[in-house]
Amino acid sequence: MRHTLSILVANRFGVLTRIAELFSGRGYNIDTLNVGPTHDESVSRMTIVVKGDDQVLDQVTKQLNKLIDVLAVQDFRDGEYIDRELVLVKVATSNKSRAELMQICDIFRAKIVDVEPKNMTIEVTGDESKISKFIFLMQDFGILDLSRTGKIALPRI
Amino acid sequence: MGIGSISIQLPTTKEGTVGPEMSGADCVVASLEKEGVTTIFAYPGGASMPMHQSLTRAKSLRTVLPRHEQGGVFMAEGYARATGKVGVCMSTSGPGATNLVTGIADAYMDSVPLVAITGQVKKDMIGKGAFQETDVFGITLPIVKHSYLVIDPREIPQIIKEALLIARSGRPGPVVIDIPKDVQQAVFKPFFPTSTGLESKLAPPPLDPSLPKTILDWIEKAKRPVLYVGGGIISSGAHLELLKFAERTNIPVTTTLMGIGSFPENHKLSLKWLGMHGAVYANFAVDQCDLLLAFGVRFDDRVTGKVDAFAPKALIVHIDIDNSELNKNKRVDLAVLGDIKEALSKLNQLIDETKWHPPDFSTWHEEIQAWKIKFPFRYRKTEAHILPQMVVEEIYKLTRGEAILTTGVGQHQMWAGQFYNFHHPRTFLTSGGLGAMGFGYPAALGAKIAIPDATVIDIDGDGSFLMNIQELATAVTEEIPVKAVILNNQHLGMVVQWEDRFYDSNRAHTFLGCPNNKKRIYPDFPQICKGFGVRAERVTKPEELVPALKRMLEAQEPYVLDVIVPYTEHVLPMIPAGMTVKDIIIDND
Repeated sequence: MRHTLSILVANRFGVLTRIAELFSGRGYNIDTLNVGPTHDESVSRMTIVVKGDDQVLDQVTKQLNKLIDVLAVQDFRDGEYIDRELVLVKVATSNKSRAELMQICDIFRAKIVDVEPKNMTIEVTGDESKISKFIFLMQDFGILDLSRTGKIALPRI
Repeated sequence: MGIGSISIQLPTTKEGTVGPEMSGADCVVASLEKEGVTTIFAYPGGASMPMHQSLTRAKSLRTVLPRHEQGGVFMAEGYARATGKVGVCMSTSGPGATNLVTGIADAYMDSVPLVAITGQVKKDMIGKGAFQETDVFGITLPIVKHSYLVIDPREIPQIIKEALLIARSGRPGPVVIDIPKDVQQAVFKPFFPTSTGLESKLAPPPLDPSLPKTILDWIEKAKRPVLYVGGGIISSGAHLELLKFAERTNIPVTTTLMGIGSFPENHKLSLKWLGMHGAVYANFAVDQCDLLLAFGVRFDDRVTGKVDAFAPKALIVHIDIDNSELNKNKRVDLAVLGDIKEALSKLNQLIDETKWHPPDFSTWHEEIQAWKIKFPFRYRKTEAHILPQMVVEEIYKLTRGEAILTTGVGQHQMWAGQFYNFHHPRTFLTSGGLGAMGFGYPAALGAKIAIPDATVIDIDGDGSFLMNIQELATAVTEEIPVKAVILNNQHLGMVVQWEDRFYDSNRAHTFLGCPNNKKRIYPDFPQICKGFGVRAERVTKPEELVPALKRMLEAQEPYVLDVIVPYTEHVLPMIPAGMTVKDIIIDND
């Protein structure tokens, strides 16, 4: 089962290592990881997407809570949270394909941020399903490069 | 700051006092003294020299100089295990720090409050492969409760206060503070805070108020209840509450290896300890029980064997201060987060208030009594040589169970647990979780420093004793009159036992004597002791044993008794790893 963990941590060095170690020490691969400051500069939020059985994730969550630098942990379930990811994708273009590509970008409210003679760089934001659909469509044009922020999330309430 | 409905605040500390101008190193010593630390086990080196210079000017802080950093950290552990106070040790950077690692891991496994301070190369040299540079922060990450690399010297008082608090609160554990040399040398006016701001985060979680009633209800419905208690009882100082609860509920008590001493082993309700080499009757009782009260334990594999088959018929109540232990190794019927001392106090209170009486467990007690009579800890006595079990029995008789015992790891450790009856908490100091050989002698030194009036005896093996033998020098130079009894079988006994059981007795580097002359006792421990200036003698015949033990116990100075025992003895009973109580081996053949 896939879990989205939102972790508030003290903004100190070593925090990321401590948290990553809890996963790696159990043989778990982190799918995505995002770290950034919150409105309080002494506190950062990490959003971690990880696959694992519920019992092990429960154990990891409890271990996270024991870390001195961890202030709060929340394991989001479906519907409880709003999530977004930002993707920059560089797609091969030609005179023939450019119009169609721009049309798709319109539908997805994606932004073209750079145009070169043989490629375009597109910025798209959205939740998981939108992003995966968009990337799927881009594959037909030829993806040359791709960079994702990983999921960020906030609880609804 | 919020996460869902949880409101978050970072610790802030504003109240405190400003000290006079001093160096970072002076500030380390001043902070330790302000926190009431009275002993530090410290071995110097280049990157910790400023702190050692400051230690020479300390007012209330005694520095004990071990002869190896591992000896130092085990001494700090012995000190902590004997008292419950935080043990503090110090080393230099690089090899000094890596030599502490085994002790830090040991403290982590056995939940021992420990603060390890390490010197580090100067900040601008970090990451450059400088002489004696090691990333101690990184190396120790998976084996610490918390750790610090001090970048700003002004943080020293706050960090030391935090470290000591973290080490001793909740489930105790080790904290590492790595201090670069230039941070030790920096001169500034320190600010000593009165609190850390972490106190509320680290306070024990509130106990569910409905818990005592539920547990008493379950006890009323039970016919064969057992209390399975561990190191948590000792850490939280709940042994008196446990005694009262066990007596008022009339429930037999078995302990883990770490819980030895939490319940008097000469009490009629005591089942001694359980697990791989525990009492047959304790293992039988847990196997047959219908209610298991697991208090301050962690369902370790050396206790449970095959975990699914552990206490198969029982409703299980698990109370622990560490949330991550609940439902970790064993799914239980009632998992309770909380301080065991508080839980037991509340239970006793409810018993008193409601004049509660336990149901009649006499059939259960008779059943257990029959097992106790049929399967006591035993061994085949002989006149031919001194048997290791006999040595422990005699030490028990001579000290009447009032000594503090430390051990190395292996057969002698199990025999010390089996054939000595422990009456008080913090009197059996052993490396239980990590199983670190070489623990016994330095731990004994630390315990004796902490409690000078106690008789402290290291019951050791020849292999384990050799691993920190250099600490004989510390015993002499610091005038610490600890006693060591080496159960010398010239072999790595426990591994030999496993070779006998599982590897057709093929000896794979488990003979520790001299291969060229197998009859010679090697090494010559009394001769080594002579070099260190420690009184020592060797005994080989049964009739020599008791007089020699008496001489040792009467000595007012460090003393080593080298007892030659056969290597053919096995520690029994034994439940082989991962097996169940049905697979128990009770006697040889």
